[in-house]
Amino acid sequence: MIRVEELTKDYGARRAIDQISFNADKGEVLGFLGPNGAGKTTTMRILSGYMPPTSGKAEVAGFDVVEQSLEVRRRVGYMPETVPLYPEMTVFDYLKFMADLRHMPHAEDRVNDALEMVHMEDRAGGYIGNLSKGMRQRVGLAQALIHKPDVLILDEPTIGLDPVQIIEVRNLIREIGRDHTVLLSTHILSEAQQLCHRVLIINKGKIVVEDTPERLQARLAGAQRITVKVGGDADGLERVVGAVTGVAHISASIDSGLEYESAAGQDVRPAVARAVVGAGYDLLELYPIGFSLEEIFLQLTRDEPTPPAPDDGEPGEEEPDVA
Amino acid sequence: MRNVWTIANREYKLYFASPAPYLVTFIILLVIGVLFYLDIQIGAQQGAPMGVEVVLSPMAFLFMFFAPVFTARLLAEEQRMGTIELLLTAPVRDWELVVGKWLGAFMLLLTIAAVSIIYPLILNRLVSPGIDQGPVITGYAGIVLLCAAFTAVGVATSAFFNNQIAAWATTLGVLVFLWWIVGFLTQLGGGSGLFSQVVGYLNINTHFYNNLLRGVIDLQDIAFYLSLTALGLFVGTMAVETRRWR
Repeated sequence: MIRVEELTKDYGARRAIDQISFNADKGEVLGFLGPNGAGKTTTMRILSGYMPPTSGKAEVAGFDVVEQSLEVRRRVGYMPETVPLYPEMTVFDYLKFMADLRHMPHAEDRVNDALEMVHMEDRAGGYIGNLSKGMRQRVGLAQALIHKPDVLILDEPTIGLDPVQIIEVRNLIREIGRDHTVLLSTHILSEAQQLCHRVLIINKGKIVVEDTPERLQARLAGAQRITVKVGGDADGLERVVGAVTGVAHISASIDSGLEYESAAGQDVRPAVARAVVGAGYDLLELYPIGFSLEEIFLQLTRDEPTPPAPDDGEPGEEEPDVA
Repeated sequence: MRNVWTIANREYKLYFASPAPYLVTFIILLVIGVLFYLDIQIGAQQGAPMGVEVVLSPMAFLFMFFAPVFTARLLAEEQRMGTIELLLTAPVRDWELVVGKWLGAFMLLLTIAAVSIIYPLILNRLVSPGIDQGPVITGYAGIVLLCAAFTAVGVATSAFFNNQIAAWATTLGVLVFLWWIVGFLTQLGGGSGLFSQVVGYLNINTHFYNNLLRGVIDLQDIAFYLSLTALGLFVGTMAVETRRWR
């Protein structure tokens, strides 16, 4: 559905995206993850036909975004980050206008369908200017959905929403993702983890990594982090576990136990279990804890060989995990 | 073409959501009405012949002044609000957007002009044996052409700005230039010679006042207004297109 090859965009002297390539298949929810200013919006604007790339090629639904821009725009539903709406129009009139621009037959029915999808039937007659941020976000989503597009491009769809609204919008995206190709950007890692089949991490205009959220976790240096818990006193446990071959280091001490990380590609749990039991402890628990995407993300963006920019690579304030 | 109409229609309706068009229509009709009344008084005393010019000659001038008020927001506001992104990612060609915006404003001015027809109708009843019909037709045709040109200049300038006030001031500047400064330059050039002829052709008001308002139909005048309109729409489209490349 989406094919991007060596796409590059310069704003004057600044290179916003640098030869990025990726694909998205039909029915796939692809997450675009990266710090602010990484090039997510630029890429989405190119794919939505808003602006042409400096070089490289992009195809959406089989059409070239430059040569066949109108065909692309007919098949894409796009919600820009700022969710531009006309405050002086009613929700219904606004959606009707957008449907008319897309030459939808039975435009009014389509408007009602779209309103139903975002659960806003009761606000159809209200002015957009009077809506809350979450409501506006949903109107923006309805606008992007009105023509049942093959590809849905959502730029930061949950930004600025309260936790309840975030859950609503995420559920909506999950619903839509069942039969549309969705490309969404976010700088919230847990969101990508929850919504996306595949994640592209982009930093400073380049794709740093592309994988499923699960595999990304597994992939982090191939290492494992394991929690060990014993009954009663855990004195001396560190020495015992640390002595097992394959244990890289003890990363934390916890109540009656500890956390260790094993070297890449080695599962030393059996050896650890034997050592712990052999030393006379009552082994209660031995379980792996995955690395969170945050950690992967930080590691990947930190490992960039480029000189560190003054903190603009900050991965965003992680919002409280609500879902 | 359908998109042009969709955009024009939205624009036109939107004007009536604010008090501005009512206020401007009121001001225009009021000024014309006062002048109309005075003209009739004087005309009755002196027995001078009166025609549609008592209505249309102030109207052309007032439109020059008020057209920028209506055109300023057309694209500048979309650009400021970011809603332009919506229109530029909808399956709408850039020229359709610009022409649609222009048509919306043009239709509004035509609506205001249509209301003014009441004055020539009154005049026709007052004056015996009625006013000269020719200038009424060509005069109103001239107003239509003027409105087309004014709004086209307006939509073109609006495309360059993110700020309505700047768009308004610039449009007014361009129109004032074409209305007065060009005439002034023509006089500087001595009124004859190639320079004066070329510059004189650019004068936006003489094509109306000297010919159309007097019932004279000259293809030159019509061509002037139509080309100015086309130029405005072309420049506006270019400006929108250029925006994509930034």
